[in-house]
Amino acid sequence: MAGNTRSGDDSGPLVSIEGVHFARGGKMIFAGIDIEIARGQITAIMGPSGTGKTTLLQLIAGQLRPDQGAIHVDGLEVHRLSRGRLFDLRKRIGVLFQSGALFTDLTVFDNVAFPLREHTRLPERFIRDLVLMKLEAVGLRGARDLMPQQLSGGMKRRVALARAIALDPMMILYDEPFTGQDPITMGVLVQLIRRLNDALGLTSVVVSHDVQETLAIADQAYVLSGGKVVGHGTPESLGASDSAWVTQFLRGLPDGPVPFNYPAADYLDELMMAPTK
Amino acid sequence: MQTRTLEISVGVFVALGLAALLVLGMKVSNLSRLTEGDGYRITARFANIGGLKVRAPVTMAGVRIGRVTDIRFDNDAYEALVELTIQNTYDRLPEDTSASIYTAGLLGEQYVGLEPGAEEQFLTQGDEIRLTQSALVLERLVGQFLFNKAGEASGGDP
Amino acid sequence: MIEILQRLGQAALRFFARLGRGHLFLGYVLLGLPSLIPRFSLVVVQMWSVGVRSLLIIVVSGTFVGMVLGLQGYNTLVRFGAEESLGVVVALALLRELGPVISALLFAGRAGSALTAEIGLMKATEQLDGMEMMAVDPLKRVVAPRFLAGVFSTPLLAALFSAVGVLGGFFVGVGLLGVDEGAFWSQMQATVDLYEDIVNGVLKSLVFGVVVSWIAVFEGFDAAPTSEGVGSATTRTVVHSSLAVLGLDFILTALMFHE
Repeated sequence: MAGNTRSGDDSGPLVSIEGVHFARGGKMIFAGIDIEIARGQITAIMGPSGTGKTTLLQLIAGQLRPDQGAIHVDGLEVHRLSRGRLFDLRKRIGVLFQSGALFTDLTVFDNVAFPLREHTRLPERFIRDLVLMKLEAVGLRGARDLMPQQLSGGMKRRVALARAIALDPMMILYDEPFTGQDPITMGVLVQLIRRLNDALGLTSVVVSHDVQETLAIADQAYVLSGGKVVGHGTPESLGASDSAWVTQFLRGLPDGPVPFNYPAADYLDELMMAPTK
Repeated sequence: MQTRTLEISVGVFVALGLAALLVLGMKVSNLSRLTEGDGYRITARFANIGGLKVRAPVTMAGVRIGRVTDIRFDNDAYEALVELTIQNTYDRLPEDTSASIYTAGLLGEQYVGLEPGAEEQFLTQGDEIRLTQSALVLERLVGQFLFNKAGEASGGDP
Repeated sequence: MIEILQRLGQAALRFFARLGRGHLFLGYVLLGLPSLIPRFSLVVVQMWSVGVRSLLIIVVSGTFVGMVLGLQGYNTLVRFGAEESLGVVVALALLRELGPVISALLFAGRAGSALTAEIGLMKATEQLDGMEMMAVDPLKRVVAPRFLAGVFSTPLLAALFSAVGVLGGFFVGVGLLGVDEGAFWSQMQATVDLYEDIVNGVLKSLVFGVVVSWIAVFEGFDAAPTSEGVGSATTRTVVHSSLAVLGLDFILTALMFHE
């Protein structure tokens, strides 16, 4: 299968992001970031809302093109690949979208079978076995005949996860996997991410702003703010960091380097000013 | 939705659509007459063809036996040269057959009506019908009628 | 004044940018069509949702339009004593104009809007992005089969519309108003021409099918990925494809039926 064909050397990091600048709609999102994602580990990328965490995943997967800098995945420079080669690379990357992005007109079973049917010529019998194995891995084998509308948000994400691992990828990108979930579902997802990563020998990238859950399973973590990496290391070393940014984010302080107030004219001045118009 | 029933219903849909096209072709249009095969062509000269069009029917005794396939203007004789294609089955039209242009109903389309003559020779490909009667032009009829009336009025009055 | 001109310019630029995107989009979709040949079942599924599910509205509307034509045509023709020509009037009106045009308008409202909403929602819920991330081209997998199903379905629907319309006219004219049955059919057959009327009608509806399906899938694919975006894209599909059908109908009629 596609996941077994490695094209780069196995020693370096799986993903390396070097000096990437990216602006969208005239707004600077990344002003030169460097991130390395090691093989076989769970790397967390955290930061407040609006710091472009999802954009980063799109850059890694080649959906967006950086203005400057380069992104290598498994030794391949993503943005120099032809469309065909890029699609080959994407077959080896699973992505878990925030909403799950299940196909609403297909059953759970057909959703998980979708990548297999699109990319392999396996007989339907093998596909059935593979799909049931993937569904069993996320504990939803019994839900195979349901439609996505009949599932809870957490179950949708688990189905999407089963679909993401259908082609046995080398890496999974998780986009905000915990947002809006109840504590039990969060716990289930946290366990699943860790277990799948270790059992399947995956590399995982988790983009999230749920500090506790993410740090609990991450091997490495990066904190982004204002288009830059403001801190990185193991969860323990981050907790001990003396950076004001990191401390504010990890502890959830309302005010700090990220200001509570939206930039405005002086408060007193504005109150005293007569509405002349 | 089961794949099987879905495919069957799509099949029914396509079949219905094609059947509708076929019905339109056979029942509504002149498709059935396009297959009647070529006939032999004869010509007829008219002083005035009125509103006769190409594809107008050619009838004898009210039965359609062919159609108008060409209409030209003869620059020397100042006449209309009408080409009629008669189906091959009707190959026994006497040579002195006459042709007239009639109107179906008061406002209907115009057609060519043939009246058989008494000759032993039959018309064949390329022959010309010599006896023709032009279309009735309504304005001319009305004009003639008024002229006659006026003549009667002036002549009848002493 | 300058500001009005500027606004006008902006609107024009946006319009042309969209037009250009639409044409590029159509090009990519057409390029994706060959990939459907080995997977024709994708098109069949879509023909069910755009074609089979439009059958009811097409058959019912066609019958009523034919009946109205029968009634109106009779009332006008009987004044000239030409009610035998009713078959001609009904058949020509349906085959040349009403069949292709009304079925295209109904198709835009019934199936086109559904196509836009479906594709727009797939975009809004990241299903299209997800597909792209699974290395599946949504233009080939989602858009092309829907486009092709629309193109195939419209001429079939238009033919059905005309056929049931002629029957509706027959029912009113012959059944209710007492027009002679033989005259109804024979006059119709004597006047209606296979190429001139029927083939041209089918060509018209084929063109309408391409345009309506194109607008529908493009609006869905180009929709802002929010519920309001999908809503307004659906409205745009119906408005734009109706305008396009009526405008094109004039041009096609002028090209096909001038003598």
